[in-house]
Amino acid sequence: MASRKFAAFLFQKTFNSMKSTTVTSLNALPCATWCRLHVQPRSWVSGKKFSSSVPKPQKQTVKVTFILRDGSRSEVDATVGDNLLDIILEHDVDIDGFGACEGTLACSTCHLIFKQEDYDKLPSKPTDEELDMLDLAFGLEDTSRLGCQVIVTKDLDGMVVTVPQGVADARSGPL
Amino acid sequence: MNIIQQLRQTIQGPQLTWCIARAVKLSTKSFKKEIDLFHSIRYNFGKSFSSSGTFYSTSSSACQHVAIVGSGPAGYYTAQKLLKSHPDLVVDIYEKLPVPFGLVRFGVAPDHPEVKNVINTFTNTANSDRCNFFGNVELGKDLSLKDLRDAYTAVVLCYGAAEDRVLGIPGEDLPNVLSARSFVGWYNGLPQDAQLPVNLDCESAVVLGHGNVALDVARILLTPISILEKTDISEHALEALRRSSVKRVHIVGRRGPLQVAFTIKELREMTQLPDTRTVIQQTDVDGIDKYIQDLPRPRKRLTDLIYKSSVSPGEKEVKTWKEASREWRLVFLRSPLQILQDTNGQVKGIELAVNRLEGDSLKNQRAVATDEREVIHCGLILRSIGYRGLPLDDDLPFNNSRGVIENKNSRIKNEKGLYCAGWIGHGPVGVIVDTMTDGFETGKIILADIQSGVLESNDEHKRQGLLKSLQAKAITFSDWKKIDRAETEAGAKVGKPREKISDIQQMIQIAKS
Ligand code: FES
Repeated sequence: MASRKFAAFLFQKTFNSMKSTTVTSLNALPCATWCRLHVQPRSWVSGKKFSSSVPKPQKQTVKVTFILRDGSRSEVDATVGDNLLDIILEHDVDIDGFGACEGTLACSTCHLIFKQEDYDKLPSKPTDEELDMLDLAFGLEDTSRLGCQVIVTKDLDGMVVTVPQGVADARSGPL
Repeated sequence: MNIIQQLRQTIQGPQLTWCIARAVKLSTKSFKKEIDLFHSIRYNFGKSFSSSGTFYSTSSSACQHVAIVGSGPAGYYTAQKLLKSHPDLVVDIYEKLPVPFGLVRFGVAPDHPEVKNVINTFTNTANSDRCNFFGNVELGKDLSLKDLRDAYTAVVLCYGAAEDRVLGIPGEDLPNVLSARSFVGWYNGLPQDAQLPVNLDCESAVVLGHGNVALDVARILLTPISILEKTDISEHALEALRRSSVKRVHIVGRRGPLQVAFTIKELREMTQLPDTRTVIQQTDVDGIDKYIQDLPRPRKRLTDLIYKSSVSPGEKEVKTWKEASREWRLVFLRSPLQILQDTNGQVKGIELAVNRLEGDSLKNQRAVATDEREVIHCGLILRSIGYRGLPLDDDLPFNNSRGVIENKNSRIKNEKGLYCAGWIGHGPVGVIVDTMTDGFETGKIILADIQSGVLESNDEHKRQGLLKSLQAKAITFSDWKKIDRAETEAGAKVGKPREKISDIQQMIQIAKS
């Protein structure tokens, strides 16, 4: 029963996605859709494989909301124990250029800003190496972290995280 | 009309069945992947439909084609933005070399493989059916800027900063006085630098400059071979480094510890190099501690690390440094005056003027030479005092002193349809995140100009003609994949991620096989 429901859900999801891509003006599509259509998410090439058909054991999730550069909000069910880079990829939260070095502490493109109370609850303090990369990020704040280094815990349920503007966005505003 | 009816009209029966079948069979994640594949198949149909005006509601406006010159990060990030935010725009990327990715391949140090992960994103962009790669095609030789401008909606120059600044002092043309840039090209397998005459048969080397490239070349000179041989460093460089006698590297800058241009990550790496001691004279950092607290955070942490490495290094560092057989020295307030040679015409040292700093603002203090002189004995000198771009075309508005094309927000001055991104537009500074935002920004600006009607659609006839004329010569992205495979296979045999081919003919041969 559950699996049939799941399939129906997927089917509906597909319809919705196809509906939008076939009958609306393609110019009007959100970036994310076009990204998926024509520039595949990079996780495909980074060697991650997603298992098919085997039902996953129920994982604990918490709500995390991202405030994107254009001011819009994206709420996801984040799996406890995952880092925020993986969560953003998993849920296709559309942030240009996010996670360029794929979580290897070599880029600072996964820069996120936390509320003070959430920042204090994060399970680990930033290492020197993380701070070194963070120092190169745009719009650095005292409660900045690199998303690839932040692991989600139960305590963080309801957390709201801001994706800072890049310098570029500040110059011309989102298109 | 309901969704299903609409769907039936636009997709064929078997495709719909396929879609449903997959939906039932797959988990969300892989299903999504399949759906994307499906869309891309459908898109290909769409391509042919769109010209007849029946598929896209937007198809009345003709296709836009954008040419990008240079396939480094600026080029690929600009392309990424353009493709993502416009449904049917096509990007053609032109590259002088047969292989893509510019400085990610030829600039990023071989012991920094993480930075090269960005290639995965570039490859995704390149795999889009609206993105073409034409390698082995040189602007100014195989085609002119005018050819491109006639054939495309917009042309984006992303060819980087090709020239390095020179010191202009006596002895600069002696053998073994090299530009750090060429040295980087040499160990990274850049074809033009593969034959660089590098002689590492000396104990001491001097690197002039306090930027990240200076630290990169010093680090490569000092890193144990056991580490380097597991990277994609080019074989000829590895061979030379195996036989290297270099034990000491002086990294010399004109100004003081508060003005260094390198970043903290690279400095920390230097302080943690195995078997290598960090030497920063205490007299050089005396007194800077009182400024540290008031500096903005990045500068504050960087200065603090310089200060602590000199005055109070950590236990681990003290231990390594005590036992180390090699060392690097961070030398401040010295300007090169002349390079000294022995009777055989070989470098034997460099004469430096001792400077003092003038000016109030710490960041912008100027170095002024005193009468004091100093000589550092060395057999190798690497000059790393900055890069500059070249105009490429005489008609381009060019800022000679900065070495950049005159532009405002990536729009090249007074040249409609011509843009620039990356180092050729903003100067050779910054790390990947800077070039990324610049590329995205340039993409946005072009899209805005298309939307506002400043840019008209291009003459597709001309573009096809141009592509046809280049067909025999150009290396496509699937050609590159052959080179890529050959390199990774050769690397696997010797325990390296890749063995770079640095001979252009050989690249072409593999690509066209
Ligand atoms: S993804 Fe590059 S530092 Fe986090």
